[in-house]
Amino acid sequence: MKSGSNLEKILGKGEFAVTGELGPPKGNAAEVIKKKAEHLRGKVDAVNVTDNQTSIVRMSSIATSAILIQMGLEPVMQMVTRDRNRIAIQSDIFGATALGIKNMLCLSGDHQNFGNQKDAANVFDIDSIQLIQCVKTMRDEGTLLGGEEKVEGEIKLFIGAAANPFADPFEFRVVRLAKKARAGVDFIQTQCIYDMDRFKEWMRMVRDRGLHEKVHILAGVTPLKSGGMARYMAKNVAGIIIPDAIIERMVKAKEPAQEGIKICVEQIHQLREIEGVHGIHLMAIEWEEKVREIAEGAGLLPRPKV
Amino acid sequence: MIVGERKPLEEIKAMVESYKRLLILGCGTCVSVCMAGGEKEVEVLASQLRMLHEKEEKKQEIEEATIQRQCDREYIEPCLEKIHKADAVLSMACGVGVQFVAEVAGENAIVLPALNTEFYGANLGAGIWAERCAGCGRCILHLTGGICPVARCAKRLFNGPCGGSQRGTCEVNPETDCAWQLIYDRLKARGQLEVLEEIIPAKSWKPSLSGGPRKVVREDLLL
Ligand code: SF4
Ligand code: SF4
Repeated sequence: MKSGSNLEKILGKGEFAVTGELGPPKGNAAEVIKKKAEHLRGKVDAVNVTDNQTSIVRMSSIATSAILIQMGLEPVMQMVTRDRNRIAIQSDIFGATALGIKNMLCLSGDHQNFGNQKDAANVFDIDSIQLIQCVKTMRDEGTLLGGEEKVEGEIKLFIGAAANPFADPFEFRVVRLAKKARAGVDFIQTQCIYDMDRFKEWMRMVRDRGLHEKVHILAGVTPLKSGGMARYMAKNVAGIIIPDAIIERMVKAKEPAQEGIKICVEQIHQLREIEGVHGIHLMAIEWEEKVREIAEGAGLLPRPKV
Repeated sequence: MIVGERKPLEEIKAMVESYKRLLILGCGTCVSVCMAGGEKEVEVLASQLRMLHEKEEKKQEIEEATIQRQCDREYIEPCLEKIHKADAVLSMACGVGVQFVAEVAGENAIVLPALNTEFYGANLGAGIWAERCAGCGRCILHLTGGICPVARCAKRLFNGPCGGSQRGTCEVNPETDCAWQLIYDRLKARGQLEVLEEIIPAKSWKPSLSGGPRKVVREDLLL
């Protein structure tokens, strides 16, 4: 076991994993976390905690993750390299693991231009792939990045990263995954999938390189709430593709929210059929109360105990 | 070249208002080429300020001069008399020139910046300049198809495009090319895509500005 996390055990046993996502509050209102987390309890194997997602200032992912642990839920602590240099990164990893965090997702992060502190300096001392290398070095060599310096104690982390099959250049996306695998990533969560054809094509390239046997791939899904949301995301969110057919279904639906959930459940069924997909990353952002319905509809409940 | 852009007239006016005798000092190199602080721009700024004073019935003596390079002692020295005669020098050079004129002229010389120094860039066409290098101190252009991810990727990524790269443009600004798309396209055209399979490890920023102000000393050239 690299970390002994629940997620690692589930994937290690060949079970189909489910991870959820929780965005910390824009302040110190811990009750918000507790409310969201209760919706996820028992429905997912681990909960991603975003790190100042879209550069909006929120409670730190470490603190939020620690609160989840106190509640008996397992976090996947996200960490972006946008806000920390390698000193802060490694120091935070010491702290996070001491608090009981066992899963970590390595990201470069959204640019500060999208957030509410546009005048901030960004750090980007290292990128996401170098962050994976850094965590792996700390875990497997017991030393700091680029140094002989021994870490006091043991860093046990299940290392994750993101992949976006919908960004360009398409042919490079699988190369980037291969680099992440070589850097030492254990699991991958993808950007939310709506364009099933493109995802299947990407997975074919992943299998051609044998990467599905090196890393666990969790396919990302996000239920759409309305036709407006579908249109907005398709047009404004970089790195997301929503086919017209799905937008049309959402726009025409009498009950768009129900339709969104239905589409999501259908997608999960399709994704389960794809060779090399080892789980689902369900991002019901600000819609945590629907996670149960989706997981149930997709036949993912009850979650296995390992 | 170093690319600069002139500050707004209002800002300059507020900066120089209190000085009776002003010398506007242009620079004949980079900022001349990027049409921000050469002889012509000195002339324009001087007449704009004079017109403003006329309107507001204020008095300020304005002298104009342009030297070949404000980052070179050899060109500043012949101009020292003019510099010392003025109460303030409004330098139209980059930030280097502004500082170096003051260094050479001595501590009594007040030298003010008329430009915002932007970046090291190239002229893409009439009226367009774009950043190409960030002076990071350890060039890696040989690893990235000759396109710089330090200066041209908004996240300074070293191992390929982020998840926001779409249709060739950067997620941060749709007017900007994604540097990593450019790198990919160029290496593909050259049949060198295998270069991108290699992980570029964490960079040392010690030779960059992070290591403190830098200095180049060439033993072979020391007198
Ligand atoms: S790698 Fe460094 S030195 Fe080379 S072009 Fe980029 S910023 Fe300039
Ligand atoms: S879109 Fe391209 S240039 Fe922009 S931040 Fe991402 S990788 Fe860098």
